[in-house]
Amino acid sequence: MATAAEHPARYRLTAAGLEDLHRALASAGYRVIGPRVTRDAIVLGELKSASELPFGWGVSLSPGGYRLRKRDDPAAFGHSAGPGSWKQFLHPPREKLWSASRTADGMVLDAETDPEQPDKLAFLGVRPCDLRAIQIQDRVLGAGAGHQSAYARRRAAVFIVVVNCTEPGETCFCASMDTGPKSGPGYDLLLTELVTEADHSFIIEAGSQDGQEILSVLPVQAADAGSLERADSAVADAAGRMGRSMRTDDIHELLAASHHADRWEDVASRCLTCGNCTMACPTCFCTTVEDVSDFSGDHAERWQSWSSCFELDFSYLHGGPVRSSGVSRYRQWLTHKLGTWHDQFGSSGCVGCGRCIVWCPVGIDLTEEVAALRAERDVAAEFEDTE
Amino acid sequence: MTDCRYPVRYRISSRVEETHDTVTLTLEPADDPIAAFRPGQFTMLYSFGVGEIPISVSGLPGGPSLTHTIRSVGAVSASLCAARPGQVIGVRGPFGTTWDDADAAGRDLLLVAGGIGLAPLRPALLSALAQPARYRRIILLAGARSPAELVFAAEYDQWRERGAEVGITVDKADASWPGQVGVVTQLIGRANLDPAGTTALICGPEVMMRITARALTGAGLPSPSVWISLERNMQCGIAECGHCQLGPLLLCRDGPVVNFGVAEPLIAVREL
Amino acid sequence: MNDVGAELASHPFAAGLTQSQLDRLAAITSSIEVQAGTRLFEEDGQATSLWLIRTGQIALDLHVPGRDRLIVETLGPGDELGLSWLLPPARWKFGAVAQVDVSAFELSSAAVTGLCESDHELGYQLTWRLLGTAIGRLQAARIRILDLYAPPSPTAGSSS
Repeated sequence: MATAAEHPARYRLTAAGLEDLHRALASAGYRVIGPRVTRDAIVLGELKSASELPFGWGVSLSPGGYRLRKRDDPAAFGHSAGPGSWKQFLHPPREKLWSASRTADGMVLDAETDPEQPDKLAFLGVRPCDLRAIQIQDRVLGAGAGHQSAYARRRAAVFIVVVNCTEPGETCFCASMDTGPKSGPGYDLLLTELVTEADHSFIIEAGSQDGQEILSVLPVQAADAGSLERADSAVADAAGRMGRSMRTDDIHELLAASHHADRWEDVASRCLTCGNCTMACPTCFCTTVEDVSDFSGDHAERWQSWSSCFELDFSYLHGGPVRSSGVSRYRQWLTHKLGTWHDQFGSSGCVGCGRCIVWCPVGIDLTEEVAALRAERDVAAEFEDTE
Repeated sequence: MTDCRYPVRYRISSRVEETHDTVTLTLEPADDPIAAFRPGQFTMLYSFGVGEIPISVSGLPGGPSLTHTIRSVGAVSASLCAARPGQVIGVRGPFGTTWDDADAAGRDLLLVAGGIGLAPLRPALLSALAQPARYRRIILLAGARSPAELVFAAEYDQWRERGAEVGITVDKADASWPGQVGVVTQLIGRANLDPAGTTALICGPEVMMRITARALTGAGLPSPSVWISLERNMQCGIAECGHCQLGPLLLCRDGPVVNFGVAEPLIAVREL
Repeated sequence: MNDVGAELASHPFAAGLTQSQLDRLAAITSSIEVQAGTRLFEEDGQATSLWLIRTGQIALDLHVPGRDRLIVETLGPGDELGLSWLLPPARWKFGAVAQVDVSAFELSSAAVTGLCESDHELGYQLTWRLLGTAIGRLQAARIRILDLYAPPSPTAGSSS
């Protein structure tokens, strides 16, 4: 077996070695989560073995369109923009925050059985854009108001295996958002898939101590210069083959000045305010709190569940929603995701994964909307200049 | 320090009916108290089994007790207004920005309150009256719907005795009311303000704050001298649920007290 | 008259008038003191005066059978009282009563109208001031009509 001390930091692992990786993670106590084909889509779920990965499956993506297709190679990670993202595991759609019981003079909080010890999860097959999405959510949810949140506990127990992107989807624009196709730091292990007629293998490297420990028990070989070169250029080339692009240098100012743009009426005439985009988006984090009690009235619980700024009641205040029209709700989503997220959390909220484009039932494409807003602004500016 | 995610038990020690629909509750901690609050901040008050609402603290900071003035407008507020001394409710917080950000030391401090907006301003007023040498004039202008709906009415004379200039007006009254009748902005002209030397704190319904702030800037106060207290749908209080956004602001963290220079362009946009 | 002129000069209504305009206005102005409780005019009476309040507080009111009088608005130092004479049939829309001791300048509406007709420049100045007062009171009244301090009306989904 190769060990880190004897060999350079980047190794080669055959496709069959993915099973060893799965076994090593399971032995270390992780439940392995990764992409799997189910009926019509590649979704994230628990993998009982590496063979459950979607070898040979790809996707055809378009605005409002997602189709599985058979690949003509056995790539395991030749797909993108599945309907779910890793946020469903770190920031669950529904969770109980606390419960309380009625007492003679009021109430008492029920003691937590223990600060919930989260499952150790291993995420196998995180795209670089999705890693950045996790890190963006860390910024929003991990701070914990001075105390470790449930999100922070789950996050600390996660092992992340990122797979660099070599085949961007038709709706991808991670290069524009500077989140891929090559991964930034934050992974435990990083894979780059290499598929030829003769060979199916991965370049693998560790990004953390935990990653190194798992890597050290895998049947890796030294990565030859040719393989490394092919892997690196496949990733580099992917940056030039993005399906979409979005100019971002002026986007904060563009959106801050866009409140009265005509374009909002245009997109609102198409938008169903269904909220699919917010469900599919890997960074959308909004939740709603619900207080419930049982029939006896003696036991109350507070539950937190995913919410969406497209919900009519999302902005409810003193008798009605502040944002009632579809125009205002779409505007809120887009200007927050690409604009005011910077003010609130110090980065863009978008990682360029394209899920919102794919999973919008009417095919609204935010890269197109931003371009249209910019064009409207530029026309108006030109008009002012000539007056 | 308590974790702001979980309600802390507080016992109601007194209950005062301010008006037909507004009650002031004084709370004492039944467990470890929450962190000390500053004027302008709010807590999330929880009524067992009913729900939780954001309420500004309306008492003087310092000491473990909390004072909240609550108007009964829905299920949770009605339940809190009906609660009796001895009962335990839940408190999370304190959250948000504070009137202290409007550093008015050495200047005229003007407070303009509309309706129940006087409650979040009261801690700022009481703090100022406790250290009057810090300010030149301390002026309170308060408007309400009618004389019966004035809150803290029993205290106005005490405030005057302690050095505040207090102007009260109501929208509607009959002849049994000897005071002023008219909208609160009409008191601004009669206050003989020094526009360059006045810091103004405004609290009330958003439309009233917008109109009052513009009346003040129209009278010559620069926008950065004016502060308002904004409200949006508030749930977690810790900037994680997304509901309280107003453009770039998360009002549980960047508000409720917001400088009018920042707030003005935001509250001018419909449905923002 | 000189006394009135000097005192009138410091009233906000006179701000911006030239000295000769001030003198012509002072010539038709007298200074009055009104005791608390004095009724200056009754609703539907002949509207024949304009007052410029110096100190004190005056309530515009309406009487309602079976109820205490309603206060429409209170006026104080710097405010003008009495605009109904500007529009035919020149009758007071409300009553007015001094709520405390009041000092004011009093002008007859006939004299004011005569002055405006003979001196259009001064007339323009006076009319502009009265128009500003009317607009300010209209805007304030519109805000009061909105009843902003009313409890929010209940809608489906109200939970707080």
